[in-house]
Amino acid sequence: MTTSRRAEREAAKRRRARRGALVAAVSSVIVIGGLIALVLTSSGWPDVKDTFFSWSEFKKSFPDVARAFWLDVRIFVIAEIAVLILGLAVALVRNTSDAALFPLRLLATVYTDVFRGIPTYLLIYLIGFGIPALSFTETPIDPILLGGAALTLSYGAYVAEVYRAGIRAVHRGQRDAALAVGLTEQQALRFVILPQAVRNVAAPLLNDFVSLQKDVVLIAILGPAGLAARQAQLYQSIDFNYTPLVAAAVLYLAVTIPLARIVDRLGYAGGARI
Amino acid sequence: MAGAKVVETVGVTKSFGEREVLHGVDLWVREHQAVALIGASGSGKSTLLRCIDLLEEIDDGDIFLDGEVITDPAVDPVTIRRRLGVVFQAFNLFPQMSALENVMLGIRRAQGGSREEADHQGRELLARFGLDGREDDRPDRLSGGQQQRVALARAFAGKPRALLLDEVTSALDPELVGEVLAAVRDLKSEGVTMILATHEMSFAREVADTVAFLHEGRIVELGAPGDVLSRPQEPETKRFLKRLLEAHRL
Repeated sequence: MTTSRRAEREAAKRRRARRGALVAAVSSVIVIGGLIALVLTSSGWPDVKDTFFSWSEFKKSFPDVARAFWLDVRIFVIAEIAVLILGLAVALVRNTSDAALFPLRLLATVYTDVFRGIPTYLLIYLIGFGIPALSFTETPIDPILLGGAALTLSYGAYVAEVYRAGIRAVHRGQRDAALAVGLTEQQALRFVILPQAVRNVAAPLLNDFVSLQKDVVLIAILGPAGLAARQAQLYQSIDFNYTPLVAAAVLYLAVTIPLARIVDRLGYAGGARI
Repeated sequence: MAGAKVVETVGVTKSFGEREVLHGVDLWVREHQAVALIGASGSGKSTLLRCIDLLEEIDDGDIFLDGEVITDPAVDPVTIRRRLGVVFQAFNLFPQMSALENVMLGIRRAQGGSREEADHQGRELLARFGLDGREDDRPDRLSGGQQQRVALARAFAGKPRALLLDEVTSALDPELVGEVLAAVRDLKSEGVTMILATHEMSFAREVADTVAFLHEGRIVELGAPGDVLSRPQEPETKRFLKRLLEAHRL
């Protein structure tokens, strides 16, 4: 008796699944096909195709743009490491309660407020043109260095807040237990609280990586040679064709999409743990 | 019977803001003895244990460990906590560490043991609490009873002068209570000095040498388990035990 009902239910389940797959396929074809048709039949499409998606332009500019992109990647990696260190240092300072550290705490609070409040674009301008204008002999004037510093300061402020949220999210009982086994406050932070805090915020931290990676392009406003975006603009200004910019965008996607997938995976894993 | 007092509280008073949680608590536990703290939720049992481990700062009174005052502001709480062991109601195991690492952390970082010593002692302790084979499991792979036994091993790793057990079975499913109580019973029979806050009256009767009934932050009645639990003198104690009886908890 039970087996026949089971077979019946499984057949119904299969029917539902087949119907769902069919509906999804048909609606995808209609929506995506419709969008493509809309673009391809627009009166301006032949021009857009030539100026943005020219295969010959792409082939011509891609190797140089890709070489330049290597500089973007190096800036990103160095800035990211600096951001992680700066953010952690600021978060730890803000987390202290020692009276002697009050000036440092005040400084850290002002830093996060100010640098989170200024748009990154403006900050790169201010630091990139402001510091050289000071005309001290020792001040660096390399725009890549200054742009990287501006990005680091801007993202450091965000990341400090992310770390702080992670530290606050660690249950109070963890600190109690760490102290109860005889650890000092610093040991409790280092061995018990920080490892959990960093795990708590791994997904939002990676999210900020993706953002930072894209914002490296903003350094181009300071005018240094060698960045992918500058290289693409160079080609564009010679041939009056925007395809090299699309090539640069493709390179950026090649890094940001894998990073985004890692964020997703971490997000799910984190959810499962909680 | 009358060993030296290991832990003693004298007139301990503690408030959280306006709310006074402990009013002049006098309590002591002698070497190799067990004191059971009983009382309703919010009567101050947990707070008293937290104050003894210096996890809370007391407002008035004094606490002594082996006759030496530990609530003096000049005393470093870290050195005192290294001489006491605490087990919490909610286990509070470190979730990112294996069972073994949970036990090893204090041995290495607080007691200054080498990695080998910590590893060796940690394995021995886990085996002693019936956890051999579970050394590498994270807490979330263990049952509540196993987690609490890891917490017991962790608290015991520092060779504490006294164990402070804060309702160690209250967060457990009923079928897991027995294994944790058995572990505590073993410790007691080995002569470990302990103060235990508990809702398990039969266990208090069996293990404790002294039962203290805490009511609204005061010790209302204190004596041998047979006296306090079977022949209570104070009306508050009678009312508390009657309510437990009605709830079939006695």
